[in-house]
Amino acid sequence: MTDHPLNIAEPGIGPIDSDMIIIGAGPVGLFAVFEAGLLDMRCHLIDALDRPGGQCAELYPEKPIYDIPGIPVCTGQELTDGLLRQIAPFDPIFHFNQQAQQLEKIEQGWRLTTSEGTVLQSKNIVIAAGGGSFVPKKLPMQNAAAFENKSIFYAVRQISAFAGKRVIITGGGDSALDWALNLQPIAEHVTLIHRRDQFRAAPDSVAKIHGLIEAGKMDLIIGQINTIYGQDGKINAVGIKKTDRSEIQLQGNALLVFYGLTMKLGPIADWGLNLHENLIAVDTEKFETNETGIFAIGDICTYPGKMKLILSGFHEATLMCQQAYHYAFPDRKLIFRYTTSSSALHEKLGV
Amino acid sequence: MGTIKVTDLEGNTHEIQATEGLSIMENIYDAKIPIKAACFGCCSCSTCHVYIDEAWIKETGQPSEEEEDILDMVVDLKENSRLSCQITYNDALDGIHVTLSEDTKTD
Repeated sequence: MTDHPLNIAEPGIGPIDSDMIIIGAGPVGLFAVFEAGLLDMRCHLIDALDRPGGQCAELYPEKPIYDIPGIPVCTGQELTDGLLRQIAPFDPIFHFNQQAQQLEKIEQGWRLTTSEGTVLQSKNIVIAAGGGSFVPKKLPMQNAAAFENKSIFYAVRQISAFAGKRVIITGGGDSALDWALNLQPIAEHVTLIHRRDQFRAAPDSVAKIHGLIEAGKMDLIIGQINTIYGQDGKINAVGIKKTDRSEIQLQGNALLVFYGLTMKLGPIADWGLNLHENLIAVDTEKFETNETGIFAIGDICTYPGKMKLILSGFHEATLMCQQAYHYAFPDRKLIFRYTTSSSALHEKLGV
Repeated sequence: MGTIKVTDLEGNTHEIQATEGLSIMENIYDAKIPIKAACFGCCSCSTCHVYIDEAWIKETGQPSEEEEDILDMVVDLKENSRLSCQITYNDALDGIHVTLSEDTKTD
């Protein structure tokens, strides 16, 4: 992890004015903070995840990347950590666990409201949302939505809500196992359902789960949920197809589903931007959309010749900032400088 | 060159030209059939999840442990579920039929 604390804002605050609002704290959004910082623009970043890094953090933190210029090999997490060190002098403000939801034109530029009610205002909105925001994968059964947040949950907000309940947890990763372990002491009973007897989770958690099962304090069923039974938002049982194709019913009154995250474009799709197959069309000089002051960079943007590479996103971020500067400081003249030689830039970087 | 039959999310079946050495996902992508393939072959997401026609299951072999880990996160898993990025197309697969899962939706 990083050696300096991130500046993380409380949810629901605002309105806050800034020079640039960046949607997506993946590698390209993070690098935009650097280029913006060199030009004296202070940034706020919004991300649906609880930490920076985007796909690099969520999908492949341990997998190698070989095409970052000057870095022969690094993992997704190492790249994220390096970028956080690089942008530390500019101290961006992070708004995690929330989605950019509503965007409206105001006299001074744009006002953006997040899913947590945070309100940010700026002349520059930069969409660096990659493949979309990470949201939990949901059960495929048609009736599942009627129970959502009532008795079927994709995240735990309040542990106490599960006290005394017969809890069914499905999934085989760290989230599923961690919640099975955390809820076991307070729930009436916990049953874990997973499609196979292997878990993709911390060995320590796996050992604890097996310990509880052997002690008769938790049940494990190898199979898949294929039916939800219940009414008025309350489940009373699930149907499970086991690996031998037999089907059983399991009583329960709360179901927790941890099938990981998927990416969805979300509310951005309704902001009136020109889209091509769910990508945002931009020009290749400023990386601006059809709306003045709204830019798109990284995997989410498209233009003739676009390649979905992190290094292309870095270039896009750099050029975008040149235009954003003019919106942020219409009276100032932009002077081109190198980080190697400019004492003004050295001062900003604290070197 | 051979062909792959791809049934899309609308239920339409396309016969596409397949290139040996590319994965089934890459062949589908090249044929411009919408497939999310978010991590594009890193075996890190499940957005290239397809169902293999029963007749072809044997030919496609067993998923690796790494692929199994990702299949854990598929919501509509079936016995014939595979990640199309993890199957390299070769002559023996000429005519294989795969059906795109909901996970492949581009949004």
